[in-house]
Amino acid sequence: MEYLKLIGIVIIILGFAFKLDTIAVVVAAALATGLVSGMSFNDVLTILGKGFMDNRMVSLFFLTLPMIGVVESHGMKQAAVNGISKIKKLSAGKVFNIYLLIREVTDAMGIALSGQVQFIRPLINPMAQAAASVKKPLTDKQVDLIKGRAAATDNFGNFFSQNLFIASSGVLLMASTMKSLGHDVAPASIVLYSIPMAIITFIITAYYNTRFDKQFDK
Amino acid sequence: MNVNNILEIFYVLMGVIMIFASVESFRDKDNSARIGTGLFWLILGLIFAIGKYLPSFVIGLLIIVIGLLSLFKQIKVGKIKEVNKELAEKSAKRLGAWLFFPSVILAILSILISEFTNLGGQVGIGIASVVALIIAMIISKTDAKTTYHDSERMVRSVGTAGVLPQLLATLGVIFTASGVGEVTSKAISGVFPPGNHLLGVVLYCVAMVIFTMVMGNAFAAFAVITAGIGVPFVVAQGGNPAVVAAIGMTCGYCGTLMTPMAANFNSLPVALMEMKDNLGVIKQQYPIALILLVIQIALMYFLAF
Repeated sequence: MEYLKLIGIVIIILGFAFKLDTIAVVVAAALATGLVSGMSFNDVLTILGKGFMDNRMVSLFFLTLPMIGVVESHGMKQAAVNGISKIKKLSAGKVFNIYLLIREVTDAMGIALSGQVQFIRPLINPMAQAAASVKKPLTDKQVDLIKGRAAATDNFGNFFSQNLFIASSGVLLMASTMKSLGHDVAPASIVLYSIPMAIITFIITAYYNTRFDKQFDK
Repeated sequence: MNVNNILEIFYVLMGVIMIFASVESFRDKDNSARIGTGLFWLILGLIFAIGKYLPSFVIGLLIIVIGLLSLFKQIKVGKIKEVNKELAEKSAKRLGAWLFFPSVILAILSILISEFTNLGGQVGIGIASVVALIIAMIISKTDAKTTYHDSERMVRSVGTAGVLPQLLATLGVIFTASGVGEVTSKAISGVFPPGNHLLGVVLYCVAMVIFTMVMGNAFAAFAVITAGIGVPFVVAQGGNPAVVAAIGMTCGYCGTLMTPMAANFNSLPVALMEMKDNLGVIKQQYPIALILLVIQIALMYFLAF
């Protein structure tokens, strides 16, 4: 019955899909997998503890938090908002693309902006709506499309550039997981191989956003 | 002093920061789960600060305690004092772009140390974090007490999400020790014979997308799918592990772009902007996500082999 070993995978999938407590789900999956594989409870605890210690590097991003806390309480987000709101007289697509570029560059430096809350809703969405309604008032449907595209642009920029920062939890998770699975990988080489997708995503999204403007010209 | 000893110093520092968070969580009278939350940060802080001197099974036990605290909803971020908007506005005007300077230093210095010294990436991140913090304190003229509060505020606001990546990586250790990879590869190889590079890459990338869509979390999908498919079907066939990891993870992000399960990214904006179409964000994302998936399959195939 070696297929029983897959119970951990099943627990993770169902636990996350049903939105159960994530930490408890992962711990349960680890325990269950070890126990059905014939380890004693003590053995499982030992491997769990040793595995956690060996993977401490994944949490190294905690070390960056004090610095981020200091610049944040001194108005880093306000400074970013001030910078972006200086952009004027552009089409909706261009507003999105400038934001996309800013998002990718700041992400690559490990500056985690809470994009949707702090930039998309209060800044990018109204700027894009203002730009798109220059020729003709917007229909309700168009307003919804602009909101959707603004949110999407934040996600594209965020997802595909966050792994350019060496101390991001994603990069550290990948390096550490590969090591756990028996294949040593340097975080810097993960950053290196994340560069192509960051560039490709930027180009494709920028083209997609440029075409977005056409519907407001008619 | 060798690299591991230097790294140990940084882990102790992390532990200390977590203990700051613990102290302030215990003191947070408004948090209904302040005891549990304080314990959570205390346990983590101790594991990082003195875990080296504890037997592994004790640490395993502590992790189960964390699991139980979380299961019974005893770990809550609570009400964290927000940044003083007025002061922030004022100093944003005064400092402007200089506020980004410490982050630039952190990103560049950690890469430089990792590439041009033999200290390695982790020590690089540690040294760069400390240097960046000192620069931030000098630029903003922040004293130690304010830095303490900025630190504990940041750590506490991360909450349990902060420990999830490390737990998922630990799960990878258990999977390896239990031979999960061998079982899945045996099961799948009945249908898809291993050895065909392109087939392996397609299988891994598509599985990352599908499982991320179901789970709503690419990190969790990465831990299980890389153990089950990525390593046996791509890396074991000679694929470069760094390429497989980097592109595999972003394949997962394509799944995130297409699933309502990723509420933070796809439902939060709908609520924030009062959109009429609940799937309005996903509808804007899925064409690009599919194009990016195809590109990534090609890219992984050509870069990894």
